[in-house]
Amino acid sequence: MKAGCKIAAMAAALMILAAVVLYSGRTVTAAADGQITGTIKLDGQAPHLKPIDMSKDPSCAKTGSGGPAAGESVVVGPNGGLANVVVYISQGLTGNEPIASQPVKIEQKGCQYVPHVVAINVGQHLSVLNDDKTAHNIHPEPKPGGGNIPWNKSQMEGSPAIDVTWSTPEVAIPVKCNIHPWMHAYIAVVKGPYGVSSNAGAFKLDNVPPGTYTLTAWHETYGTQTQTVTVAAGKPATADFSFKAK
Amino acid sequence: MAGKIFAVLVVLVTLATAYCVIAHVWWMPIDISLHGPKIDQQLEETMWVAGLLFIAGQIVLAAFVFLYGGAKSRTKQIPGGAKYLVIFAFAIVGLEVLGLSVVGSKAWGAVYFEAPDPNSLHIDVQAGQFAYYFRYPGPDGTFGALHPELISEANQNYFGLDIDHDADAKDDIVTAEIAIPVNKPILLTLHSKDVGHSFDVRELRVQQDFVPGLVIPIHFTATQTGRFEIVCTQLCGLGHYNMKAYLNVLSQADYEEWLKKQAAMQ
Amino acid sequence: MAETTAHAAVHHAPPQGFIRKYIFSIDHKVIGIQYTTLSLVAAFIGMVLSWAMRIHLAWPNAHIPILGWLSPNGAPGGVMTPEYYLSLMTMHGTIMAFFVLTAAPMAGYGNFMLPIQVGAADMAFPRLNMASFWVTFIGFLLACATFFIPDGPPLSGWTAYAPLSAVGSVAGPGQGWGQNLWGLSIALFCVASLLGSLNFIVTTLDLRTKGMKLSRMALSTWAWFINAWVSLLAFAVLLPTCLLLVLDRLAGTSFFIPGGLVFNDQLQPHSGGSPLLFQHLFWFFGHPEVYIIILPAFGIVSHIMPTFIRKPLVGGWKVITFAEIAVGTLSFVVWGHHMFVSGMSPYMAMVFSVPTLFITIPSVIAVLVWVFSLYGANIRFDTPLLYSLGFISLFITGGIGGFFLAQPSTDSYLHATSFVVGHFHFTMGLSAIFATFAGFYYWFPKMFGRMLNEKLGKLHFWLSFIGVYCVFITMQLTGMTGAVRRYSALVDDFMVPLLPAYRFMTIAALLLGAAQLIFLYNAIWSRFKGPKAPDNPWGATTLEWDTTSPPPFDNFGGRQLIVYHGPMQYDGEKSEMQTSPAPSIAGT
Repeated sequence: MKAGCKIAAMAAALMILAAVVLYSGRTVTAAADGQITGTIKLDGQAPHLKPIDMSKDPSCAKTGSGGPAAGESVVVGPNGGLANVVVYISQGLTGNEPIASQPVKIEQKGCQYVPHVVAINVGQHLSVLNDDKTAHNIHPEPKPGGGNIPWNKSQMEGSPAIDVTWSTPEVAIPVKCNIHPWMHAYIAVVKGPYGVSSNAGAFKLDNVPPGTYTLTAWHETYGTQTQTVTVAAGKPATADFSFKAK
Repeated sequence: MAGKIFAVLVVLVTLATAYCVIAHVWWMPIDISLHGPKIDQQLEETMWVAGLLFIAGQIVLAAFVFLYGGAKSRTKQIPGGAKYLVIFAFAIVGLEVLGLSVVGSKAWGAVYFEAPDPNSLHIDVQAGQFAYYFRYPGPDGTFGALHPELISEANQNYFGLDIDHDADAKDDIVTAEIAIPVNKPILLTLHSKDVGHSFDVRELRVQQDFVPGLVIPIHFTATQTGRFEIVCTQLCGLGHYNMKAYLNVLSQADYEEWLKKQAAMQ
Repeated sequence: MAETTAHAAVHHAPPQGFIRKYIFSIDHKVIGIQYTTLSLVAAFIGMVLSWAMRIHLAWPNAHIPILGWLSPNGAPGGVMTPEYYLSLMTMHGTIMAFFVLTAAPMAGYGNFMLPIQVGAADMAFPRLNMASFWVTFIGFLLACATFFIPDGPPLSGWTAYAPLSAVGSVAGPGQGWGQNLWGLSIALFCVASLLGSLNFIVTTLDLRTKGMKLSRMALSTWAWFINAWVSLLAFAVLLPTCLLLVLDRLAGTSFFIPGGLVFNDQLQPHSGGSPLLFQHLFWFFGHPEVYIIILPAFGIVSHIMPTFIRKPLVGGWKVITFAEIAVGTLSFVVWGHHMFVSGMSPYMAMVFSVPTLFITIPSVIAVLVWVFSLYGANIRFDTPLLYSLGFISLFITGGIGGFFLAQPSTDSYLHATSFVVGHFHFTMGLSAIFATFAGFYYWFPKMFGRMLNEKLGKLHFWLSFIGVYCVFITMQLTGMTGAVRRYSALVDDFMVPLLPAYRFMTIAALLLGAAQLIFLYNAIWSRFKGPKAPDNPWGATTLEWDTTSPPPFDNFGGRQLIVYHGPMQYDGEKSEMQTSPAPSIAGT
């Protein structure tokens, strides 16, 4: 009698578990539909950026391919497109958006962070790799008291990737390398779909459910801009931004 | 038996050490500064004095251990007792250390007690975790004021210069390497933006700490051209081992050309 | 009679129960063994840390799975990070300098032996004595706790120079709670040392038995007595220094932090402090500290040698004791030789250089006394003597390096190179360790009532002696090239060619460490299985050999001791106990 009860209880628990798994799987697939695309331009003259002298660490200087690397605080493409702008939905989300499953990668290559700016979901895995023949140090500095925990870790040549997640939305967490003071990156932690503009200034947000949203674009030097976008089912919406040079 | 083994070991260690020193197995690199030979000479004289004491001490220890290991019914003290030992220590060692103090102060004074040449080339150095940056005053010959609150590594403003409002700062040339003309007196002023660091160029025989909150001057003249490492010798944090820069000693013409190139890159 | 009773009286009853007997004991002998055991544990931790460092230096990118398992944060995937290397270095220095070298030869042996050597039943303040040990123990736990906090131990070195140590976690990993715990740990150690020093001084002055004039005290007692004064003055400066450092870190004060500091592009909210003040305060403690470490070693060696060379030291008790007093006194006016290139006034460099050179004179006198006492001796090569001879050789080698570092001109080249690291490992590190081993082999029969295995002891000595020279002579001489200390990897052009030498040192250090396992085995095996020790196995003369092995609770079983002459009553095979009324052999 008692054994029977146990088996029944376990079977029930298993069925509930299976149902939960199946159901949660279905919601993820159901969310994939709309898309937001656009381009971001810089209005005006990009500031003069000093080239980076990496001679402090000869193993960095060696990896540089032809000429010194340029500073990255403003990167403008051939047609005035502004790169490294994070675009994300700041209002209008239901709160049930899935977390992107692929880890976001930051590589340390030639003593620079590649890419210079990444966006990532709360809870999505970030993987930091060292491709250089030298040690690097990864030091993200989120706002104190904001929920994300600062850390400071070195990564030797040949060390395994550092894998972390972030718990709270924050645009954007500055990252620096203490060993190579010129190395800087930004991690924008957001909920829901996000995009980062390419060298031509183009960005794309996938898997946006139909609805009306406030879209925010953030740049490390020029700050934030917002606009409202309405996404209809199966129809890509567009939103362009233009930042004014200082 | 144990005494004889001990004596032999001590002699072997002494000979091996003496060989390494005499054969210069590990020795100082070339000396490229005007004051350096005084330091080298002091170091070599000290090596003679200390080396002889080292050999004498170890050999006498080994000899006594070797000789007095057997069981004897009676022991004896050294003739004269402690009196001669104390006299020896005061007379011989006292004279040696007095000599080293007097001679050594000259070598030290050559670096630190003399004022820098008024015609020195003045270069400003900023150390921070974990890199050095250098600053030349530019055509106006005047350094811009420093504003720590403006320091931004992200924007490569390592010194905290206010280029928009400070005319003196506008033409300052900030570099990641230092170049100096050969045979020209150089005056460096050392600042640290965060913790203690050090400016050490072995070939220059110059080592001086950076102290946060203080501006420390140091002067020297390089006598040979070449490219030399500047390393940090004061523990400054995780990147300490990798904190360095390069000193380029150039001919006057090369130096001017280098500076022009740097100015263009600002 | 009344006087003797007052002095040697049992001023507390024998303890009852396991806890009062072996844990919270007020018996100086138990406390001495507790300190010695703590130091032994600390020494093995410190040694393992140095292994990890040396392996990293020789093979910086090697994957060592066990390291990754021990510290997933410090060595992700088994590859040590530079900050973890510095943390290990900091804790190696802290644990070795404080919890091994300061604790073992003074608090360990001194606690056990000093009351017995002066003929007392216990320390003057037994409860204070117990407090000293447990405060030290808590300090040690706090130091070890830094390994288990997320950030790991501090990385600012055992010298903890401000502002690196003072500004908090902006200065790097480990500079958060790791550094706080470090500061508190050392502050506790200071408190314990101050209490211990008072106890040593009062016991020596007040509790000597009848006839035990100062001139008749054992040479080890003399050294502990002098050292207690030096400790009292030095730790009294380190304690407030640690507390001010912790205040800078936690209460927002700026004793050691100047204004205008920028970390990670953020201006720090401090102003007006002086980093050089910290260095002055630290080294005002720090230089006497190296003599605090070495003076007990002087005493132990001077105490042991006459027993095994079967004759008094040249110059009797006076010359060696006055040399120790001179060294202890001069040690307070030489601290600035650590700061020649620190930005201190270059004129001050001369002020500190001259006394530093002159401290050589009493040190040379001490060495001459030991070496020339061997003349005409009847040397018995038991392990305690071999270690004493090893001590003399290492101390000479170490002392020689001092000539270079005492002069600002030569120091400005050698400062912060591995020459310095080799130098101080010889002078205050390994010298003191060898004297500690000498004391261990000498007093083990008295402390535990069992003999150590002599063959294993000798083997341990030969391997240690050769190993120490292989590691540290190489270290010191490679420093001549300008090889910088405290680097976690050889990346610069200068140091890359030194890699073979570094690998040689690493292999030698691993073998040297492995040799210590022989010692550990010998100590543990002999503690339980060794042959029973007689009361006076070495034919010595001082009071600790005038009682059973181990001594009873009140040290002499209620006997009234009267001392008739000094300790060095040896001539060849003959020797006289200090309590024997027979005429003195050599008049000391």
